[in-house]
Amino acid sequence: MLTILFDGIAYGMLLFILAVGLSVTMGLMNFINLAHGAFAMLGGYLTVALMQHQGLPFLACLPIAFGVTALVGAVLERTLYRPMYKKPHLDQVLFSIGLTFMAVAATDYFMGSQQQIIQLPEWLLGRTEWFDGALGMGHYRLFIIAICAALTVGLQFVLSRTRFGSRLRASVDDPRVAASLGINVNLVFAATFAVGSGLAGLGGALGAEVLGLDPSFPLKFLVYFLIVVAVGGTSSITGPLLAALLLGIADVAGKYYIPKLGGFIVYTLMIAILIWRPHGLFSRLGGGK
Amino acid sequence: MQKRHFIRAAAALALAGSLGHAAAQDNTFKIGLILPMTGPFASTGKQLEAAARLYVAQNGDTVAGKKVQLIVKDDTGAPDVTKRIAQEMVINDKVQVLAGFGLTPLAFATAPVATQSKTPLVVMAAATSSITQASPFIVRTSFTVPQVVTVLADWATKNNIKKVVSLVTDYAPGVDSEKYFSQRFQANGGVVIETLRVPLRSPDFAPFLQKVRDAKPDALFTFVPSGAGSALMKQFAERGLDKAGIRMIAEGSVTDDDILNGMGDVALGVVTAHHYSAAHNSPLNKKFVEAFGKANNGMRPNFMAVGAYDGMRVIYEGAKKTKGEGGEALLNAMKGQVFESPRGPIYIDAQTRDVVHNVYVRKVEKVNGQMWNTEIQTVTDVKDPGKAQ
Repeated sequence: MLTILFDGIAYGMLLFILAVGLSVTMGLMNFINLAHGAFAMLGGYLTVALMQHQGLPFLACLPIAFGVTALVGAVLERTLYRPMYKKPHLDQVLFSIGLTFMAVAATDYFMGSQQQIIQLPEWLLGRTEWFDGALGMGHYRLFIIAICAALTVGLQFVLSRTRFGSRLRASVDDPRVAASLGINVNLVFAATFAVGSGLAGLGGALGAEVLGLDPSFPLKFLVYFLIVVAVGGTSSITGPLLAALLLGIADVAGKYYIPKLGGFIVYTLMIAILIWRPHGLFSRLGGGK
Repeated sequence: MQKRHFIRAAAALALAGSLGHAAAQDNTFKIGLILPMTGPFASTGKQLEAAARLYVAQNGDTVAGKKVQLIVKDDTGAPDVTKRIAQEMVINDKVQVLAGFGLTPLAFATAPVATQSKTPLVVMAAATSSITQASPFIVRTSFTVPQVVTVLADWATKNNIKKVVSLVTDYAPGVDSEKYFSQRFQANGGVVIETLRVPLRSPDFAPFLQKVRDAKPDALFTFVPSGAGSALMKQFAERGLDKAGIRMIAEGSVTDDDILNGMGDVALGVVTAHHYSAAHNSPLNKKFVEAFGKANNGMRPNFMAVGAYDGMRVIYEGAKKTKGEGGEALLNAMKGQVFESPRGPIYIDAQTRDVVHNVYVRKVEKVNGQMWNTEIQTVTDVKDPGKAQ
């Protein structure tokens, strides 16, 4: 049963990397970006294209997926998203879901609608078994957990210990006062948005092997992202992390023990948690904007 | 709105006396080909269209002195769109025959149009058993899911597979294959330890495959859409199910010729049953595969393509017999046709209007650096077991 736990953690970690950007834009910048999955898809397709057409190794593709997606995120933030910050939430939702549909259609047109297949390097393909097979760990899943854990620590450090982190938190709490103190609020937001998008891109690249990759990716996983954010709350990094882990483990274990209910377990769990704590598991008391 | 369409259709029919007669006047023979060409099933439409066009290119665009006009429309894989396009084709374009139908629901939605306008409808792809019973005007040239999975079940029994776990995607063809495979396998004395259904949108096979591994069957029987198939096979190997001595047997769509080469070595050794393999060893098939590749940028024809190719053959030969007339005459001329297809010998059962052909058990092998479904056993003249019940 340790295997199930292990798979669940790997799955949860992946969800966390994919969703953390959404949690940042939603919680810190108070902007609902439903097009978040489209950035993840971009990262995935970049990896596929680079590997298949340029012959780049998988490892080299990961930073590129991060960098290019972040760049695209920054450009879109400057051109499309910034005017939307002050608009009501409904406008933001309509705007970003529209973007998603455009991304889906464009991908379908240029890349075709079939599932994309990634060939992993040999050393990631194996599997290690411990305790007489009670714990089997796929190397690729270990790799995902390692990368995601490192990223989490890094993110937490940047947000809570660095100057940039405190500027970001200040900008979020009161953009006008922050600006009057000499903080370039626009730049801080743009950088945050870009990093969030880049992380999604990285998640998409890492997840292509486990989650599959086709043009409907942003819509297929939007629900999972939103669950992570809703359950985890948007006020910290640890909230979404624990929510993603919980979701991953519940999903995998649910499908293993009660396959008939399949993906239903996750939604039940979410409803139960949200009834118990409407602002998410780890939100500040009375928080939630 | 739909009701009005039908009233218009009825009026048009009454005025013209008969549809075939009306269309005969402009000296063309029109084939309305409705395919999913965009959306998630675009690859199906692509194969079907390419094969239909290849047949026309090879056999000329006149039949019985009439000019053949192929009207191709995209239904995006949505049943209501298929039905609307079919109505427009019957009323406005006055097509003699409807063809295509990439998915089961699309064929079911259009069946009433065929019945009411007495237009023959050739199903070139959809594979649910009961489709031909939805209208007396439906003829099928693809295959049926029960046809192939029962053959696979027999093969499994003969090859020392006594316990299986079935893992299928939770949608009509998946459920169909689970049902007919389990029935036949159990009737042969085998044990189905567990039947698992994966949601169509399930992102990760990990928990299901772990379940399979822990159940320790002799083989895993599976049917998932071909795109998901490669992910399944990868995770099957990654999870070490092959090393645990579990074999993988599948409905033939899982190792779809169209994408088999992209699946990588994990697909090697997978045993499937189907009615067509691009590796089928016959002069006719070699010619077909070569011509298809030449006309389509090296693309390999899959089972969808052969369904469309044979469908066009059935329509052409039918039209020759009726001298270009449509309606019931054309339907009757299609029934009972016997011919050699790239897939092997095939005939259209005059009673059920369904296809009867050989079903092949195949194994994925690497030949000259390419992956192929090599045929290892042939079961001749398989009728659809679904009709017997």
